[in-house]
Amino acid sequence: MRKLLIGFVAALYCLSMGAIAQTKEIRVLLANHPYGDLLKSAIPEFESATGIKVNFESLQEGQLTTKLTTEFATKSSSVDVFMTRPLQEGKMFYKNGWYEPISGYDFADYPKNVMSVASFGPKAYIVPLVTEWQVLYYRKDVFRDAGIKVPTNFTELEAAAKKVNSDSLAGFASRGKGAAAVTQLSSYVYNYGGLYLDKGVAVFNTKAAVDAIRFYGKMLGDYGPKGVTSMSWENIMPLFQAGKVAMWTDASVFYGEIIDPAKTQVAAENVGIANFPAGPKMNSPFIVTSWGMAIAKQSKNKELAMKFLVWATSKELAAKGMASNITMARSSVWEDKAILAKTNPGLVETRAYAAKHGNPLDRPYMSAVGEARDLIGELVIESINTKGTSTNLDKMAKDKVAQVNEMLQDTGEYGK
Amino acid sequence: MSKPSFTERNLQILFPLPAIIFVALLMIFPILYTLFLSFTNWNLTSGNPFTFVGFNSYFRIFTEPRFLNAVARTFAFTFFAVVIEGVLGVAIAVILNRAFFGKSLAKLLLLLPLVATPVAVGIVFNLFYDPTIGLANFVLQSIGLPQGLWVSNAATVIPSLILVDVWQWTPMITLIVLAGLAGLSEEPIEAARVDGASEWQILRLVTLPMVMPVILTAVILRLIDALKTFDIIFAMTGGGPGYASETLNIMGFKYSFEYFRMGQSSVILVVLFCVVFGCSLGIMKLRAASEI
Repeated sequence: MRKLLIGFVAALYCLSMGAIAQTKEIRVLLANHPYGDLLKSAIPEFESATGIKVNFESLQEGQLTTKLTTEFATKSSSVDVFMTRPLQEGKMFYKNGWYEPISGYDFADYPKNVMSVASFGPKAYIVPLVTEWQVLYYRKDVFRDAGIKVPTNFTELEAAAKKVNSDSLAGFASRGKGAAAVTQLSSYVYNYGGLYLDKGVAVFNTKAAVDAIRFYGKMLGDYGPKGVTSMSWENIMPLFQAGKVAMWTDASVFYGEIIDPAKTQVAAENVGIANFPAGPKMNSPFIVTSWGMAIAKQSKNKELAMKFLVWATSKELAAKGMASNITMARSSVWEDKAILAKTNPGLVETRAYAAKHGNPLDRPYMSAVGEARDLIGELVIESINTKGTSTNLDKMAKDKVAQVNEMLQDTGEYGK
Repeated sequence: MSKPSFTERNLQILFPLPAIIFVALLMIFPILYTLFLSFTNWNLTSGNPFTFVGFNSYFRIFTEPRFLNAVARTFAFTFFAVVIEGVLGVAIAVILNRAFFGKSLAKLLLLLPLVATPVAVGIVFNLFYDPTIGLANFVLQSIGLPQGLWVSNAATVIPSLILVDVWQWTPMITLIVLAGLAGLSEEPIEAARVDGASEWQILRLVTLPMVMPVILTAVILRLIDALKTFDIIFAMTGGGPGYASETLNIMGFKYSFEYFRMGQSSVILVVLFCVVFGCSLGIMKLRAASEI
């Protein structure tokens, strides 16, 4: 009896080991982003076509960075493929050797400036997924009632905000929550002729940059919603959807949601999208690669990971993304008439402008970007609280620039 | 008589061994490792391996106004939250200790906040506090009072967070004190009544001193928790606006997972550990002194 039992257990063990050896599995970390959702629903197709089992997890963007960092830094990760934010974590992940260089991938479909944040030196490490640019959302009905046209420059923007602002309607909104505001402030800084970093040196204390920060603070201080210094997009979007905001400058990625009848009280025909207004010096809104996909350096299944990566970043899925108002990074989807016929014209027009004139960065492009954003965020809050009139702002900007330069020196990126 | 086996001889060690291993691995090791890291300059953004910098990170952080403000804020938040919760918690326990109509229902309602998840509480209160579409301002406006900015203003963010903490954790003090009151002997109270003491005198001079060790236990538990408060603040403000609600714990998190300066964040967490440890020791001494 005992022998029989041992034989049975041994047979069971062999069978289970065989099953483990046969199963091809990868672990994928996705972001809570419309494209992550699209991938989730399409993964069963990939599994049945390739026989590779995909174990995926989906996380909010900040938590995704935290989880990846913790797993990679402690060398305990079993992640094979992951969604990544090139501008936020790209440099740090690259420096720590957490990205696997990607070879044998056809990058011809991606514009040069998009690839500039996906490669380090001659090698590419990230496949760009989603692109976004800054636009102006506005209420067509409010503009019609007030008899005003869509602003094309900052002077008109302020005049329009002043005219429509009331107790029940904020004339203008944009992110005011310190670090979160830095990306949206960037286009204002560019249009005033300033930059955050110039060749690896912090320069946001120049007159142009400080003037831009003052203008941003004045607009939000005078015409912004109440409590704007604690507002990021997730606070402003419900206000816009509730009809409490007349104009909102933010990333193009939210267009789908603000015209979704299930989520908004403002009829879609009353929501307009326009090019970001020009500043005193130029009109160069940001157009950035907000999300990409990469293979983990320590992955033990790199071949399978590559198969998944090629599928997840394919033109077919990019076309599906475009049909759901997700603005993809591939150039070809923006040239395919069949795809464009199904894409919102407002997105197509504003993207065409930004692709031609835009800036590929929306934040200081450095490893210690989190801390730098907090420091610039202090300037934003000071400017909003004083409606752009702070006498302390120039000195604060000088101090913050010194601190960011110190961080650039600490990480060996100063002047590079 | 046979010699006792190894297991029998060492029962007093073997039985608590799993618990000792658990505490050593999951509590003592992380604390020691954090202490070790606090003497390094480990910074993931540099991509370089860490080196030892001795007390440099400590000197650096103790001259940073942001850190000193976070220390002051942590104490202010804890002090006001625990004092209000203590007073309200004891008062409610004294009321609930008496018989009245609907007592069971009142008890149930009061204990509900305690079982709610702090992050969910934070999200709901954020909606409640929203300056434009929130219920709080709607109510204030309806009764003709000026509207507030609640967690959106640097001046009101800490009181608004304390209000949420009080809402959620006062029932915990009530629950503990209620258990203490139920266990009191009736004799001294009866004796005081016979001697002609008023109800107020009985409460102040007999009941409260008798239940004081229990109250202090509840306060210690709340104090330790309040010093370490993370979930509600993180879910509601993330330490903002600016750094206006940044306590030591939030600052430690930001330095770890937003700035990736692990060495510096370890210094912050070591300081927080010392603060919690010191405060707990102080109150425990006070409790020992109040034992009757």
